[in-house]
Amino acid sequence: MANAPKAHANPPFWRDERALRLLAQLAFGAAVLFFGYILIQNMVNGLRQQGTTLGIGFLQNTAGFDLAETLNDYTRSSAYIQAFLAGLYNTLLVSAVGIVLSTILGIILGVARLSSNVLVRTLATAYLELMRNLSLLVFLIFWYLGVFLKLPLVRDAINWPGNIILSNRGIGIPWGIPTETWPAFKLFLFGGLLLALAIIVIFHFQGKRTGKAPLAIVWAPLAFIAVAVAGWFLQPAAPLSLDLPAVQGLNIRGGRIFTPEFMALVSGLVLYTAAFIGEVVRAGIQAVSKGQVEAARAIGLTSFQTLRLVVFPQALQVIIPPLTSQYLNLTKNSSLAIAVGYPDLFYVSNTILNQSGRAVEMITLVMLTYLMFSLITSIFMNWYNARVRLVER
Amino acid sequence: MSEAIMKPPLAERQTLLGWLRKNLFNSWSNAILTVAAAWLTFVTLRGLITWVFTEADWAVIQTNLRLILLGQYPIAQVWRIWVSMLLLSFLIGNSLSIWGKGKTSTRFTIGLVALLVALAFVVSGPSRTWLLAMGALLAAGWWLARGAGKAMRSVVGIGWVIWPLIFILLLRGFGDGGPLPQVGTNLWGGLMLTFMLTIVGIVFSFPIGVLLALGRQSDLRIVRWFCITFIEVVRGVPLITILFMAQLMLPLFLPSGVTIDRVLRAMVGITLFSAAYLAENVRGGLQAIPKGQYEAAYALGLSTTLSMGLIILPQALRLIIPILVGQFIALFKDTALVAIVGLFDLVGIARTVLAQPAFLGTHREVYAFISLLYWVFSYAMSYVSIRLEDSLGVGKR
Repeated sequence: MANAPKAHANPPFWRDERALRLLAQLAFGAAVLFFGYILIQNMVNGLRQQGTTLGIGFLQNTAGFDLAETLNDYTRSSAYIQAFLAGLYNTLLVSAVGIVLSTILGIILGVARLSSNVLVRTLATAYLELMRNLSLLVFLIFWYLGVFLKLPLVRDAINWPGNIILSNRGIGIPWGIPTETWPAFKLFLFGGLLLALAIIVIFHFQGKRTGKAPLAIVWAPLAFIAVAVAGWFLQPAAPLSLDLPAVQGLNIRGGRIFTPEFMALVSGLVLYTAAFIGEVVRAGIQAVSKGQVEAARAIGLTSFQTLRLVVFPQALQVIIPPLTSQYLNLTKNSSLAIAVGYPDLFYVSNTILNQSGRAVEMITLVMLTYLMFSLITSIFMNWYNARVRLVER
Repeated sequence: MSEAIMKPPLAERQTLLGWLRKNLFNSWSNAILTVAAAWLTFVTLRGLITWVFTEADWAVIQTNLRLILLGQYPIAQVWRIWVSMLLLSFLIGNSLSIWGKGKTSTRFTIGLVALLVALAFVVSGPSRTWLLAMGALLAAGWWLARGAGKAMRSVVGIGWVIWPLIFILLLRGFGDGGPLPQVGTNLWGGLMLTFMLTIVGIVFSFPIGVLLALGRQSDLRIVRWFCITFIEVVRGVPLITILFMAQLMLPLFLPSGVTIDRVLRAMVGITLFSAAYLAENVRGGLQAIPKGQYEAAYALGLSTTLSMGLIILPQALRLIIPILVGQFIALFKDTALVAIVGLFDLVGIARTVLAQPAFLGTHREVYAFISLLYWVFSYAMSYVSIRLEDSLGVGKR
């Protein structure tokens, strides 16, 4: 009906589809703007009645509250912005540690789900079903209150082999203290890193030229370790001296002590996310068609070569996108730190919000920060997808 | 093929020992793995069983069961919850016989009825009568819908759409006097509130999410940009920030003098959050519909609205049913976050229970029980979704 052949060139504008579309868009845009304007007007009026205005100048005011653990030199006399940054660093720390550990555990779980061993496979499936149907928040609270805070008091602390001390005040592990040769050792480490990178690049090009690439994944870390070991022993004194944790009175001293909050948050996030990563890994491995493996075996590759050269690169293409979104989920879920009292970005921002009464500014700031994380992730994803597509054809 | 034709000789047919050797001890490394896994299973189960049956003190759950399930909903009005549960069991009974498959459906129905009857004998007082009535209605619903035609199907389908609204209205009530006095949302709590938040989230995020997905596909640039911005911003931030925004900023956005209930604020937050995720899932479904379908609809002379409503959306939504159920399970688990903004859902009520002087330090028991509740309902939902997928033949065409 609407597509009857057009007899005349210029229909009136209310029949012209282009004009109508333009009008519809303008109307929609105007409605959104108007609605937004009313909301913001209401907000500004409301805030004026409370005697405040919008602005981020307050971030320079003194915070005046303590944070249990920080990575920067924050004290209670620092500015709000310092507290905010301390929270941000803690979030990054938890996310980084969580991502590394959950990847390792996730790969183990994913492979275990495909194992030919029935018991291992069943166990992995049971773990997955258990975790997937739990609420992360409830699990974290249970993990913190029911496990980490129920550890014995410091004076009855559990000693694990390897000088690991477990108590409800924290978990102490042996740690190194830098000595005077530490700065020189750092140079060695840097040199080792450069060497490893060089090996990866050279092997890559060699592989392209000759078709026979040496295993960069073995040689690069080996080179790095060799340089590090050389740096450790060639110097007059060891760059790190071992510091063992020990119970002293009511506290653990020495070593590195992880608070129950940190431990509960990180391990809870890892145990939960690993279940999902395990599924991603399993799906990725299963996505490689059986014909590929059989073809690889038929042209005479060993089973290890098949895995490394045929299965793994193809599985990775399927795994990376959902894996990245799991990493992003872990980062966003780390905001549940507020339930266990670990001072992450959200916890600190909430404290600032309560103390300064600046709800609008703080919520906007937190949201923008998390948005930045996901923006960076999606930029990486676009880059990766483009790269994979190039490799494919 | 040859394997099917040539069965192994009798001596090599499977025996228990042979099975064990083949599956668990076929190599040294596998044998070590088996032993390690068996040891791990044994230690975990032993610890768990010892704790559950000897160490844990379940009195805290027995005393507070009503609080955990219903919050502080007035006892005199609890019948309303039961009535909506009766309706629900009738609907479930209907659906089981319509969409279930033959024997499995029968077994499942019998199992559910048996479970309700068994529960009825565990509890005491009027709850027993209600539970028995639920079992009876479930069976009746199943019986009545046997061999039902298409008309019955659509009636039951509509029933599923209407039920959440009846549930909410019945629980909330109207006015002060009358047969259904209003029960303030400050008295809502426990598992009931968790369900309520989930149901509201699902029901209201559905149309919004579909609209957002369509808007994202639209040719109208301003509409598309608006939808993309909304979806990406909401998906980029943690739910807890959205809940805080709903709690703290929503009242600011409203004209002075208009107040909005705390539970309602959380519902707004959850709905918007869920809508953004739903929009992305629906978009996936829309993209999976072959272009020929769009063109065929256009060729038939259907307008954009009609072709979407009659041709594209029904197919797209059917395609993504499993994904949607997964999302709703995630939503159910995520509603726990409202406890952080101070509502008394399952997690919030757990805090109240733990604050009782008689039950200090029973964290493990309380949170284990709540985890169990979440687990059972999530698992049941995913089980039903697999069934549904089977019977609708999703992914099989």
